[in-house]
Amino acid sequence: MSERENLITVRDLTKTYQTGSVEVFALKAISLTINKGEFVAIMGASGSGKSTFMNIIGCLDNPTSGEYLMEGKDVLTRDKDELAELRNSKLGFVFQSFNLLPRTSAQENVELPLLYNNKVEAAVREHKAIEALTSVGLADRLGAMPNELSGGQQQRVAIARALVNAPLVIMADEPTGNLDSKTSYEIMGIFQKLNDEGITIVMVTHEPDIAQFAKSNIVFKDGKIIANHPVTDRKIAMEELKKIATLTDENSTT
Amino acid sequence: MKFFNLFRIAYRSLNRNKLRSFLTMLGIIIGVASVIAMLAIGEGSNQTIQKSIASLGTNSIYIFPGTNANGGVRGGAGSNQTLKLEDADAIAAHCDLVKYVTPLVQRKSQIIFGAKNWNTMIIGIRNDYMLIRSLSIIKGSGFTEPDQRSAAKVCLVGVTVVFNLFGDENYNPIGEIIRINSIPVKIIGVLSKMGQNTFGQDQDDIVLAPFYTVQKRMMISTDHIGSILASGKSELQVVDAVDQITSLLREKHKIAPSDDIDFTVRTQSELSNIFGSITKVMTILLASIAGISLLVGGIGIMNIMLVSVTERTREIGIRMAIGAKGRDVLFQFVIESILISVVGGVIGIVVGILVAEMVATFGGWPVVITPLSIILSFGFSSAIGLFFGWYPARKAAALNPIDALRYE
Repeated sequence: MSERENLITVRDLTKTYQTGSVEVFALKAISLTINKGEFVAIMGASGSGKSTFMNIIGCLDNPTSGEYLMEGKDVLTRDKDELAELRNSKLGFVFQSFNLLPRTSAQENVELPLLYNNKVEAAVREHKAIEALTSVGLADRLGAMPNELSGGQQQRVAIARALVNAPLVIMADEPTGNLDSKTSYEIMGIFQKLNDEGITIVMVTHEPDIAQFAKSNIVFKDGKIIANHPVTDRKIAMEELKKIATLTDENSTT
Repeated sequence: MKFFNLFRIAYRSLNRNKLRSFLTMLGIIIGVASVIAMLAIGEGSNQTIQKSIASLGTNSIYIFPGTNANGGVRGGAGSNQTLKLEDADAIAAHCDLVKYVTPLVQRKSQIIFGAKNWNTMIIGIRNDYMLIRSLSIIKGSGFTEPDQRSAAKVCLVGVTVVFNLFGDENYNPIGEIIRINSIPVKIIGVLSKMGQNTFGQDQDDIVLAPFYTVQKRMMISTDHIGSILASGKSELQVVDAVDQITSLLREKHKIAPSDDIDFTVRTQSELSNIFGSITKVMTILLASIAGISLLVGGIGIMNIMLVSVTERTREIGIRMAIGAKGRDVLFQFVIESILISVVGGVIGIVVGILVAEMVATFGGWPVVITPLSIILSFGFSSAIGLFFGWYPARKAAALNPIDALRYE
């Protein structure tokens, strides 16, 4: 039953931007429900409104009108500080450009959300950060600075940072946009593992093959949802990575 | 715990930009150091002046003849001869708050020994003079009461006089006869070296003789005396002693209560107050110059913080996305700026003390570092950190998370 529990519910979500005298509709009355344990890929061309939608459900941006409930509770009536607390404890963000703090070690980057969380004692902070980095396979790069890490490793630090406060949802905005396909698959592998552990994942992507790793796909066009369907032939990252490994092996032998 | 976290965040952030943090700090370091050094130099000269004034005797009272008004034309202080020996005797007899009193007569005279001569100040004194001025005799002895009564032809000389008449400061001139205004006078003692006074006068260029010796044998007029020097029983009673002397002399000189007095009474503390206020002006001048450099340092902090808010907009966006509240960002920036100014302040205090010590060691200038100057400059630099950090921090805290994140 908990599998089907509503996590995110939006009704008639509308966002308009004022460009000179022209009103531009970024989102036109979106209504959607995302359940706990889902892995949703949001697709669409640029300008389709998918990122705007993501920013709004990630509490980074406000809609012009509409309703947004998280775990059945209203989100839009909360003030800035309450939204910050919500982002800190319930949401984890992964961005296309990683957005790690420069000249700050992997471990310190991951500790950052804990520093803004009053409930986390100083004593457990380091332990939690190391645990999160270990879960993304970076246990040996704790002290590395972002510029010493590859793109895939930086994105994994970002995922560890999103994970460290044990969020309900991970919001990923084009997480593989700056990565090659093999690294992308590795990131998808991490997402699938986290999803299996019960974390809901909402991911924006414009790459159809990346969307195949999700459980369901939502397609945006011109600020509206034009398709919302489960993924039929879902890709499993571990298997895809094996295929790539075999291909490289064949190439090297011939 | 929350505050400690923000402190840690601010510290890490400063640590990431060591060079920039240090350069920002430099303004505060120089500002605080100059405030400390300037105040130390000012206070040092103040105390030196006070000390040399105090060496004249802190409870001394000077009584000078008053001004002379003749047909509307007024002379300066001392232009009239209004003091007489009996005034000094009356003070000694009637003023119970006065401990010692001596009449003084003095004149510049040519003194001769053998082929050498020298022009110096001859002062006729009573023996109380030695006690009021705390003078001591290194060779020979002072005047006896018979010397005083009989206007004996004896004198005490300062070391400068010894040097100029005998060619050597350490020469023992006891028993030598010198001529003052053609009067042969025997040297019976040498005064211990006093050095220069506050005003740069050589206090050793002096010849002391019994009061009557000078008044009767060397002065043209024998009616009046130059001035009277007295001392109060204690420093606290000096003001009351002055009142006693004033009313006594008013009575003796038969001056109506409505008229101006024909003499002037000055105390040592008045003198030291005058010089105190001069050095205070100098100290304020130095401190305000230093204060301006502290202010410039503060503006440096604001400049860097403003630049860094713009430069770190994206970082602020990231922090907000992962849960930093507006006030977390506000405090982070304020703490960063306070850390810069406090650490800069501490370094500045150390540098300031070193500079002051160097001025003392190599420049030979007296310096006194007061705790007040340290507290003052440290408090001021912290306040500057808070004041100049607040505006950029407010700017950072007011950013919208999504705008900050999108900032390129």
